Amino acid sequence: MTSMIDTPEGQTMEPAATPGKPKKQGLGLGRYILIRFLLIFPTIFILVTMVFFLMRITGDPITAALAGRLPPDALAERIAAAGYDRPIIVQYFEYLGNLIRGDFGTTLSDNTPVTQVLVNYGSATLELAIFALIVAFLIGIPFGMISAYKRDRLPDAFLRVFAILCYATPIFFAGLLLKLVFSVWLGWLPVAGRTNYTAELEGLRAPTGLYLLDALRAGNGTIIVDVLEHAALPAIALGLLTAGVFLRLVRTNVIGTLGAQYVEAGRSRGVSEYRLVTKHAYKPALIPIITVMGLQMALLMGGAVLTETTFEWKGLGFKLAEYLTARDFVAVQGIVMLLAVIVALTNFIVDIIAALIDPRVRY
Amino acid sequence: MSNNQNKSAMWKRLPIISHYRKAVGLQKGMLVIGLFLSGLFVLTAAFAPLIAPFGYAQSADEEGRFGAQEAPNAEHIWGTTVGGYDVFSRVVWGTQTALMVIVAAVVLSIFAGVILGLLSGYIGGWLDKVIVVIADAIYAFPALLLAIVMAIVISGGQSSMFGGIMAAAISITVVFIPQYFRVIRAETIRLKAEPFVESAKVVGASNVRIMARHIFRNATRTLPLIFTLNASEAILTLAGLGFLGFGIEPTAAAEWGYDLNRAMADATSGIWWTGVFPGLAIVLTVLGLTLVGESMNDLNDPRIRGRKRAGKNGKSRESTEAASAPAVHGTGMEITNE
Repeated sequence: MTSMIDTPEGQTMEPAATPGKPKKQGLGLGRYILIRFLLIFPTIFILVTMVFFLMRITGDPITAALAGRLPPDALAERIAAAGYDRPIIVQYFEYLGNLIRGDFGTTLSDNTPVTQVLVNYGSATLELAIFALIVAFLIGIPFGMISAYKRDRLPDAFLRVFAILCYATPIFFAGLLLKLVFSVWLGWLPVAGRTNYTAELEGLRAPTGLYLLDALRAGNGTIIVDVLEHAALPAIALGLLTAGVFLRLVRTNVIGTLGAQYVEAGRSRGVSEYRLVTKHAYKPALIPIITVMGLQMALLMGGAVLTETTFEWKGLGFKLAEYLTARDFVAVQGIVMLLAVIVALTNFIVDIIAALIDPRVRY
Repeated sequence: MSNNQNKSAMWKRLPIISHYRKAVGLQKGMLVIGLFLSGLFVLTAAFAPLIAPFGYAQSADEEGRFGAQEAPNAEHIWGTTVGGYDVFSRVVWGTQTALMVIVAAVVLSIFAGVILGLLSGYIGGWLDKVIVVIADAIYAFPALLLAIVMAIVISGGQSSMFGGIMAAAISITVVFIPQYFRVIRAETIRLKAEPFVESAKVVGASNVRIMARHIFRNATRTLPLIFTLNASEAILTLAGLGFLGFGIEPTAAAEWGYDLNRAMADATSGIWWTGVFPGLAIVLTVLGLTLVGESMNDLNDPRIRGRKRAGKNGKSRESTEAASAPAVHGTGMEITNE
């Protein structure tokens, strides 16, 4: 460890800082939050504009969804009724106006407002993402610390290969293996779905859609176990992906902080090795992890689409794949936009948390 | 900016070779395994017609149709799929598709990303600000969703072999451009202030010449690293698209993601061979490429690099270099308020 002692402190915080840009001092937290908040809008605006025009290059959504199933004149009638025959720029501004009023469009295949799809299926995706994040933390952080402490020795080699395997395994392949082993061969866990007690859970007064929460409220032990059993495999499949990222991040940063002078000072004062790693070295290494959490959200959202398809987990991703197959591009555009907004908001919140913890971020 | 300042031969300073010479112990092992798996992947792709016993869309031979979902046996060593295709042959042919997509995607994104990064970093001003905001927006967007949108735009869904490969490649390109762009831009901004750029200006070199000769040559240091990391990501994105039914049709080319999609239903009834083999192909290929990329990343970073042979490969020189190297993994969303 001693050879690393002269590593400048700032280097370990690399991900939080902005490379290649001059650092401005003396910007208050309030101003930082404001600027960061305002920056959400151009991000969302750019994405909306890009996705809108990209999707329209291919033609109008009605032709894509219904061509061949309707006679040409009926098709033209539908197109005119929906206003897709007007100049694209008019449609664009109308679309923007609708978005501001919270109208993401109406799906073509089952004629539901996209916001309704979000309400119906969003909670399932949220629940999956929370479970996956829990799995990722439980695996990534302790193993990352072990890997850093046992650096360049056998456990480290093992864990690093494990981390890369987590990243290298596509979610649907991890899902397939988990299903094969735990559902088909061992018969321990269900193959797909969210619960066998849908009726009981949906029948609750004001259901939250988060089945675990609903099951807890119902106070029925069998349902709680059932919900957890259904969630286990999808959560692991999706969580492992993020766990690998966390593991590597914790490892790199703890290695950086383990070499810091204050850790050496702690060791000389007789602080236990365990405490040195879990308290002294780990805490400052957390900041870059929090920053990266924001980006992980994007990965989780993309991963959720694959996980939900693999396990027939009826969330936004599952619906997105369904709409894709049905060539319902209004729905696809709506859901993609919603997910983008969620990611942008999460990034904002994560950046604020990072700034609250570490003043150096608020340059 | 080469890694060896002593006048060693040109080939010793090439990216992977210089990394290999620098690696010790465990890191060397990881690099070697990575290089082996990547080499195996490329060789399989190159010699696919010789290795595969059947075509990727072949479901019958002289003796009649292949059985559907046959367990691995003498004729079909990895069994057959529900559509009666030979699993082994499709996995082997799949390397070709994957390699073509990687090459097309990475070449396209390096090209676009480098040009944008050079322009943005060198010219600066509002052009820089606009491109940075757009690149950040794309960077924060879920990559797979963006690739889906692009796949819809390009092919409206499924398509022929060439169309499908290009669609997948371009979809992946759009996701990657911001990464190359960021790295090159950061390097350009740093290099712009170097004395040799100033002297080139004094001599009267045009902006294009300065960008192409003086800055570009020096800014490419980190490209091999991103290249390997992106190559593995390209495979995963391609497989993800294929899994969701937005890849290449099975009769047009063999694609692992599509095969896994079909294998999902098989798995529930205990038929493992249709999914496990294409899945393993993806994992091993990505693992190989990632190991190479990771090793290079670690070897570039003195905080992580193995600590042996102090004094032989002077450390102080390296650490100044790494301080300016962008952290490829774990760069947070950046705030662009200046």
